[in-house]
Amino acid sequence: MDYNAFRHFADSWGLLYLLVIFVGVILFLMRPGAKKHAEMAAQIPLKDDRSPQGEE
Amino acid sequence: MRNLGWTILLAIGAVLSLLAAGFAQDVLFQTHAWVVFFALALGTIFVLRKVDFAGNAAPVDKSGYFDDPIRAGVILTTFWGVVGFLVGVVVALQLAFPQLNIEPYLNFGRLRPLHTSAVIFAFGGTALITSSFYVVQRTTSARLLSDGLAQFVFWGYQLFILMAASGYVLGITQGREYAEPEWYVDIWITIVWVGYLILFLGTLFKRKEPHIYVANWFYLAFIFTIAMLHVVNNLAMPVSPFSMKSYSAFAGVQDALTQWWYGHNAVGFFLTAGFLGMMYYFMPKQAERPVYSYRLSIIHFWSLIFMYIWAGPHHLHYTALPDWAQTLGMVFSVMLWMPSWGGMINGLMTLSGAWDKLRTDPIIRMMVIAVAFYGMSTFEGPMMSIKAVNGLSHYTDWTIGHVHSGALGWVGMISFGMVYFLVPRLWGRERLYSLRMVNWHFWLATLGIVVYAAVMWVSGITQGLMWREYDAEGFLVYSFAETVAALKPYFILRAVGGAMYLVGGLVMAYNVYMTIKGKTRNEKPIAVAHVATAQPAE
Repeated sequence: MDYNAFRHFADSWGLLYLLVIFVGVILFLMRPGAKKHAEMAAQIPLKDDRSPQGEE
Repeated sequence: MRNLGWTILLAIGAVLSLLAAGFAQDVLFQTHAWVVFFALALGTIFVLRKVDFAGNAAPVDKSGYFDDPIRAGVILTTFWGVVGFLVGVVVALQLAFPQLNIEPYLNFGRLRPLHTSAVIFAFGGTALITSSFYVVQRTTSARLLSDGLAQFVFWGYQLFILMAASGYVLGITQGREYAEPEWYVDIWITIVWVGYLILFLGTLFKRKEPHIYVANWFYLAFIFTIAMLHVVNNLAMPVSPFSMKSYSAFAGVQDALTQWWYGHNAVGFFLTAGFLGMMYYFMPKQAERPVYSYRLSIIHFWSLIFMYIWAGPHHLHYTALPDWAQTLGMVFSVMLWMPSWGGMINGLMTLSGAWDKLRTDPIIRMMVIAVAFYGMSTFEGPMMSIKAVNGLSHYTDWTIGHVHSGALGWVGMISFGMVYFLVPRLWGRERLYSLRMVNWHFWLATLGIVVYAAVMWVSGITQGLMWREYDAEGFLVYSFAETVAALKPYFILRAVGGAMYLVGGLVMAYNVYMTIKGKTRNEKPIAVAHVATAQPAE
């Protein structure tokens, strides 16, 4: 693969690949039920942090 | 027998560096090998004294978290901070008063990389490794993968700092900005870094908390990306296995782009992603409320990861770099403004409903000013990456002012907040020695940054305008020396701003020292609520 072929691959399929993943991540975040999951995840640092067992 | 393995490893390392000194092809390599030999020999003696030869020590209790390197890390973060700020004030004074250049070891050319590496890699890097060890254990509810590996990563990194710093003073450099250490130091830090990655991933794998908290994502992105950047940027061929000199695998504009792909992403993934991991843990912790929007933090993460890596070419505007690459760098830098401000808003809004803490808690104040400076410098950065603005700002002190508002404001302040949060907890103290001294540190540092950044704006724009001023015949109006003379007052004022920041660092060091000693200062509590009915903060 020479420089030009490499470059054309990068700014077409490469770009599309990254864009699809990025948009996919955002859509996945907006799925139904994600908010509740996120709120639970946000509580993680606020749990007891004195021992590995935590407060499970 | 505990520690025996470490003693043997350190002793082997000491012997190897002694051999390297013996076979050295040049004096600089030899001197450097001696430095490493003495460091490792002292380490060997120190660890040897801790070997339990009788074998009757109680087995290590592995049920709790592994905090030994974290305690050492908090102390060393404070120490490297003060050292880095001090060298910064020295180089600032050297610019204002050239007589202070003491040749050859302590001239500006050698102390400047010492300053940048001391603050970025010694202070910032130790703060990141320390806080990542703490955060990953607390948010996964699991002990670090391996005590031995954690000690290796932590102390191996300190050895890297020693090698880098002593190398600069000796005059060993490969001349790549923020990547000055030569090939053998690069190989050493690669080994340590792979250990760090294994340790971090391994701890995530054995987590008891099903979800991986977002702070760990940022830390992981920092570890992973820095490994990639470091290896590619430092591809080089040494002239001999026993010589300090190496030649880069790249040349010309490819070399320049590799350097700035590395350089800008060191800002993006070392000084931003890593410290955002810190923000997403310590801000909610200190404010005692969850992050404003967890989903925004995930969008923040992915946008930052997808965009930052492309921004590097903005360091090479109007150079031999192809125009499309310059434009690409500019466009991605401008787009980065959005995730950065999303993250800033997320950090600040974590305090919504608890803004009164700003009045009562100087530690949260420190974190808030850090996030505010994050917002400010991530607005200024994209603006400066626009070609037209860059034509004025590039190569001037404006760039230096921008870097410092990010480094002193964002990186420094969030790290100070982390240190103040951790010290009482790690040493089991009820509270810090003095909250009022935290307040003093806050104001000294904040005013120091304001002086520094404002002075550098004026100085940079003066410089930029003087450089481009030409007369009716098309001749440049000012010689370079005239522009330097015009900047002298700003150079002196810059040293004043830096000195204020340094004094703040010393206040912190004293506070940390006294807290560890278990003292508490007899002082009036900070601003109680004005309204009689208001609830206390805690």
